[in-house]
Amino acid sequence: MTTATPTTDTLCNLGPISLIPPGEGRLFQVGLHTVAVFRARDGRLYATQALCPHRGGPLADGLTGDGKVICPLHAYKFDLLTGEPVGNQCAALKTYPVFVSADGDILCDLDEQQASCG
Amino acid sequence: MTRKQRLVVIGNGMAGARLVEDVLARGGGERFEIVVFGDEPYGNYNRILLSGVLSGTHDPKDIFINPLTWYAENGIRLHAGVRVTRIDRAARKVHGANGAVEEYDALVIATGSAPFVPPIDGLRNEAGDFKEGVFVFRTLDDCDRITKRAASARRAAVIGGGLLGLEAARGLLNLGLEVHVIHLMPHLMEVQLDGMAGSILKRTLERMGVYVHLEKATTAALGNGHVTGLAFKDGTTLDADLVVISAGIRPNVQLAREAGLTVERGIVVGDDLRSANDPHIYAVGECAQHRGQVYGLVAPLWEQTQVLADRLTGRNPQAVYTGSKVSTKLKVMGIELAVMGEKEPGSDQDDVVTYAEPSRGIYKKLIVRDGRLAGAIVLGDGSIAPALLQAFDRGTRLPENRAEMLFPLAADGAPALRVADMADDVQVCNCNGVSKGQIMSAAQAGCRTLKAVCDKTRAGTGCGSCKPLIQSVLELAVGDLVAEDPSVHYYVPGVPLTKPELIKAIKEQNLRSVSAVFAALAGGREDPASKAGLASLLKVIWGREYEDERDARFINDRVHANIQKDATFSVVPRIYGGVTSAAQLRRIADVADKYNVPMVKITGGQRIDLLGIPKDKLPDVWRDLGMPSGHAYTKAFRTCKTCVGSEFCRYGVGDSTGLGIQIEKRFQGIEAPHKMKLATAGCPRNCSEATTKDLGAVAIEGGKWEIYIGGAAGSRVRKGDVLCVVETHADVLKFMGRFMQYYREHGKYLERTYDFVERIGIDRLRRILVDDEEGICERLDQEMQAAVDAYVDPWQEALAPAHPTQFASALSPRQAPPVASPWLPPAEGAFPAEVANASATGD
Repeated sequence: MTTATPTTDTLCNLGPISLIPPGEGRLFQVGLHTVAVFRARDGRLYATQALCPHRGGPLADGLTGDGKVICPLHAYKFDLLTGEPVGNQCAALKTYPVFVSADGDILCDLDEQQASCG
Repeated sequence: MTRKQRLVVIGNGMAGARLVEDVLARGGGERFEIVVFGDEPYGNYNRILLSGVLSGTHDPKDIFINPLTWYAENGIRLHAGVRVTRIDRAARKVHGANGAVEEYDALVIATGSAPFVPPIDGLRNEAGDFKEGVFVFRTLDDCDRITKRAASARRAAVIGGGLLGLEAARGLLNLGLEVHVIHLMPHLMEVQLDGMAGSILKRTLERMGVYVHLEKATTAALGNGHVTGLAFKDGTTLDADLVVISAGIRPNVQLAREAGLTVERGIVVGDDLRSANDPHIYAVGECAQHRGQVYGLVAPLWEQTQVLADRLTGRNPQAVYTGSKVSTKLKVMGIELAVMGEKEPGSDQDDVVTYAEPSRGIYKKLIVRDGRLAGAIVLGDGSIAPALLQAFDRGTRLPENRAEMLFPLAADGAPALRVADMADDVQVCNCNGVSKGQIMSAAQAGCRTLKAVCDKTRAGTGCGSCKPLIQSVLELAVGDLVAEDPSVHYYVPGVPLTKPELIKAIKEQNLRSVSAVFAALAGGREDPASKAGLASLLKVIWGREYEDERDARFINDRVHANIQKDATFSVVPRIYGGVTSAAQLRRIADVADKYNVPMVKITGGQRIDLLGIPKDKLPDVWRDLGMPSGHAYTKAFRTCKTCVGSEFCRYGVGDSTGLGIQIEKRFQGIEAPHKMKLATAGCPRNCSEATTKDLGAVAIEGGKWEIYIGGAAGSRVRKGDVLCVVETHADVLKFMGRFMQYYREHGKYLERTYDFVERIGIDRLRRILVDDEEGICERLDQEMQAAVDAYVDPWQEALAPAHPTQFASALSPRQAPPVASPWLPPAEGAFPAEVANASATGD
């Protein structure tokens, strides 16, 4: 196993991937900040801002599939990869790089504004 | 990748261009290289609006459906202004007049039709061209020439009092000419109208200043060099310096005939719209003849192009066209007219219902056969046309009181509203605040289906009750160009199958989970908007053998509570029949105290709602309540409201509370296409409002119960229909369960019972569910019993959650510093989420 150092100190280990059932999302609290992480059925991970720009709906509770999430409050749809709204004029979501470590942990690269999770 | 197939379309009119649009809408751009030949040097335009161009109400540029740039943007090669001279079937090539040669794998002939010019002396000059001042009326160029001539003309004669002739007459009248319509037949528009309607229309036209000459045969065009008048068979003449010939159309079939295809009146095609002689050649539109019919209206043409596009793209290779019920809604010189089906009774068994008000130009006639609409003519009253067209298209039974169809009821609201008269800023969608003007703009910007308009503006995406009104605005904006998105017939948008087709495929292929359905029937594309609908259907089909995937559920069904605007949840425990006790109330009060519940609310369904519960507190709240779930969050049986009934009430004639409790205990949690709210009433005073519930039972004197279905008192208000009258509680349960099971099997996802009952028809439901006409009642009863037996209170998951983080409000990251976790760096540059290591997701 290779040991490497992350390139950024904003990289957070959010815990084991098993926290999120396949096809669902979960809300993570990182210090004062929040992020919604989604685990697609095909294994891909996505991370976006936690709240819908429309009326603050909890995106992690939304239905996902085909690389999209549908906000549970008013069904606004967003592309999980780009954050762009799909079929609506809402503002785009902030998205974050996220992947799974060799140990099966979720690693999310929150941007510089976010506190590191140490 | 294999070579793209070549799709060549001859004809760039309403049919040819629409076919290309339909093919593109079904992803056909990936499969086909598309080539279009168009006789006219333009993109394609809406021929129906030509009279508007002639009369100056439309600018020519406004009637274009797709400009030339559209073809380029979609990778279509358009030979504009190029007539096709020959089809070489052996080599599968099409030859254009300019020398262009195009090979095809599939060829669609959509050459439309040309004006019919009757034999009239003196129409043409020595060169064989029309004499100056004589025109046909078919193309934009014709329009342009007529307009130019009109500038110096005084009196116009239109030969032909059919639809097109009258449209031309309107245009000429608006240009300030004196207009005479010359018609061979005894009344105007004899194809569409009966004698009475024809004469009322004539009167109306004459009031507008048009001179109408009936039973007049034109024999000659007078004048040397340019036309000066017409001579008729009866010896009379008429001075005119502009003549428009509009005596009908003939399909353009010369090309097909020369290619050796079977041609009668039109190119003969089968239900697959294929030529009888050549499997590579298809025909659609006015040039095609299907089952002996050649259609000259746009609606059948739209149906044909959809079927052909379904077949060509493989979206539905089995799609067939079985003919169209002919109906049309149009404006004749500004007068609203709708015609459908037959215009005269077929036998004395048919009922003819008429209403006429000649001085106001109003005429309404219904031909009723076996209680259904076989035909109708509606002149001068646009408001009732939509309901009639719907009854005609769907073959639904008309109300016994036929007058309801002839006169719009004010209580019906939306259909009676004249959308044309509404100001642009009037709000159409009251959920999302979308105005008529916004919908018009979206439609004019290219959204031509209800779905496209709704997606674009979000109108109709709330409660959905404004959709008929949105449809009307859409029709106002783009007229006959309104299209139907194929997905409206799908059970869920992401799987291109209707509910019966979907159920069949699921059973045949033994698909037991939502992901299995996507994999087998949607090319693996997991449309998130389709998941919950599929989950609901699979549970109905498979019962206990359904493979539950929690991600296919809406959040409410994952955590068994109703999500609120602040992401907290509402908790409604079941209180059977609305009958509670001091101990139960005390327990609820204790929970409210313990969890600082922000709001405790009595619901409309006679229960108590605890609002503002965080997700992670739900299991504790349920445990402390010690009551089963009230299912106030899901598409299922919700509650049964009751009145006090015979136990205490001095009027009660039936035990409605006892019955309500039994109903609720039996059907709690039964899933359905949408929620079901019930009520029982102990006497016809109906204090519990049982007649406006999805299902209701009302006690009547003599120990009987009326069972109502399809009632509503929400975004729509509808009194339910009586399914049957029974004598015992057991029978109420039996028939209610039977209806619910039928609704579970046949309702569209999110279709409430009140729409379902209207769609199927109460008479038919009685025959199926009471008379057992289809012999399915025993099976329905058994299936319902199995669903009842399979019931488990979902709040038991408080003790045994489906997943350790099922109720987590927010998860916190590990406290260890991130560097402590060794990880494999991804390839350089490949950092973001899309390269997530799928193999490392084991859990």
